[in-house]
Amino acid sequence: MTWRWLSSIVLAAVAAIVMSSALVAQTAKTAASKAAAPKAAVAKATSTAEKAYAKKTPWGDPDLQGVWNDATSTPLQRPAGKGETVSGDEVNLFEEQLANDLSRDRRDGGPEVDVNRAYNEHWMDARRLKITNDHRTSLVVDPPDGRLPPTVPISAERQKIRAERQAAAARFNAGMPNVATELSLPIRCIIRTDSPPYLPTIYNNDFQIYQSPGFVVIAPEMIHSARIIPLDGRPHIGPTLKQWLGDTRGHFEGNTLVIDTTNFRSDDGTVYQGANPETYKITERFTRVADDTINYEFTINDPTTWTKPWTAVIPWTKIDPKEQMYEYMCHEDNFDIVHLLTGARAREKNPALNLTKPQTQR
Amino acid sequence: MRTRSWQVITPLGFAVVIAAVWFSPAVGQQGAPQPAPAPRTAALPPSTFPAYRAPRLNGHPDLNGVWQSFVTANIDLEDHEAQAGPYTELIGAYSGWPPGQSIVEGGVLPYKPEALAKKKQNAANRIKADVSNDKNWHNLGDPEMKCYMPGVPRATYMPYPFQIVQGTSPYILIAYEYATTTRTIRMDWKQEAPTDTWMGWSIGHWEGETLVVDVTGQREETWFDRAGNYHSDQLHVVERYTPLSPYHMMYEATIDDPKVYTRPWKISFPLYRRMEKNVQLLEYKCVPFTEELLYGKFKKGAS
Repeated sequence: MTWRWLSSIVLAAVAAIVMSSALVAQTAKTAASKAAAPKAAVAKATSTAEKAYAKKTPWGDPDLQGVWNDATSTPLQRPAGKGETVSGDEVNLFEEQLANDLSRDRRDGGPEVDVNRAYNEHWMDARRLKITNDHRTSLVVDPPDGRLPPTVPISAERQKIRAERQAAAARFNAGMPNVATELSLPIRCIIRTDSPPYLPTIYNNDFQIYQSPGFVVIAPEMIHSARIIPLDGRPHIGPTLKQWLGDTRGHFEGNTLVIDTTNFRSDDGTVYQGANPETYKITERFTRVADDTINYEFTINDPTTWTKPWTAVIPWTKIDPKEQMYEYMCHEDNFDIVHLLTGARAREKNPALNLTKPQTQR
Repeated sequence: MRTRSWQVITPLGFAVVIAAVWFSPAVGQQGAPQPAPAPRTAALPPSTFPAYRAPRLNGHPDLNGVWQSFVTANIDLEDHEAQAGPYTELIGAYSGWPPGQSIVEGGVLPYKPEALAKKKQNAANRIKADVSNDKNWHNLGDPEMKCYMPGVPRATYMPYPFQIVQGTSPYILIAYEYATTTRTIRMDWKQEAPTDTWMGWSIGHWEGETLVVDVTGQREETWFDRAGNYHSDQLHVVERYTPLSPYHMMYEATIDDPKVYTRPWKISFPLYRRMEKNVQLLEYKCVPFTEELLYGKFKKGAS
């Protein structure tokens, strides 16, 4: 599932590359920072960190302010045959294996596959090639096997929606999209990595946290949105008011920021892949466990999708203060959406232009 | 909890003091008490508000809150009559645009003659769009119509609220409801704009009660308003945010662009604190409202 999600992001990224010199500059910056390996204290896979970092804002809230990065190569789900963690020589082997799988700077598979990889190492966040400091083999910590729980049968209505999505995805893969609105939300520049849960992607894994009395604000790099979280205990917005990024409320439990998000729109892609916005609940916890580390933990519960809730933990590392998070624009120069559609129309007229391999090739 | 009571009580305290001053016959009238003093506040231009010192956060004025302007400058920075917007023949007065007075000091923008022609051309093409050629992508149409990030200062006078998030880090965030746009103000920062962006590169500093923000590095494609008033890649904006009361802030911006204008010019208007108990920015993602306009002619079956 991770890979499927990732490949849609990859495609979105391909779209994004062409888009702007601003983006080029910003991504280059990220790539240039590969030296910033985390020297963090080991991020514990629990929500109660014993050595919680104690810094407070002048108004008494735990201080989470700064620019953070959640890149890691540790997969969401545990690969077959692996234990909870790796140790000794296995650490490097696992890391190299994951890095090799992720690497785009390779020539195997022949020229066409190589070209279909579309872009190379330069674009990738170098931090994406390291496993978590605690050497876990999956970001999922519950269920204990590191895998998502089994799914439950879904309604006929949801099956129909999924089938439509799959058909649209197949058209996209064949280079034959019908219309802009059937493309994925990242390609349409509506949401990208700003919809919770926050999962590492191939690039632009930055999040800036701002705080003011009564608020925490999380601004994900993609796409220039601010998740403004009131801490004053106010109720959620009315139940008929839906948003792509939902509606978030938060409070501190000791040093941990606990937030819950509701009011998601029903569009495909607004909640974690395959889940049901009607029954989907996500709770996220942010605990600063060292000066340069936040433990980000999320629990998703959707009884009409999975048999039980599941939880993942991802370390966020504070990036070098000299590095900045720059504006990520998307829709403003979304040339690729035009190229995708005009390409499809050209292929309708001339089948000789048809792709010989699907363009989701990773 | 301490925070919340401080937040509530401080503005209230100031409000009481100000109200006492404003409504005091001794101060306001300099004579015998009047039986029913007129609501003087409405008649006073904002510049004559009693001197105000905002509550402090980390030693500086606390500008946190949800703010909004109520000028109609997004239609036109200069004087504008009520006018028919696009397609009134289809949607009637839904497309009517209200009148408004210029927010420009002196009333009129100091265009260079050749630049004025481009403004008029922009206005004539404001509801057109053609994205079929990458090179000409931005040639036609008001960026607002295409749901592009609005740039500065336009973001401030669009008819949507925005929230200032000011803490203790060197960053102040302004989050705008329109197009879920954000910009970061880097306080006392030295680095120049590394590249041009839609919302520009904002460097801030405090001058007493005023947050001063120097904005450079803005993409040249943004406009100032629906009337086609525009700028070049030489745009340099200096903004000033000055609290006037717990509920008002004066916004001023000086705009310098030697390629387009004969001299720097200035706009100013008040910002109002949104006071609804449950006020929050909602999500205004307008991209879906542009997809048929921009990409409709490339869909399957389109001629």
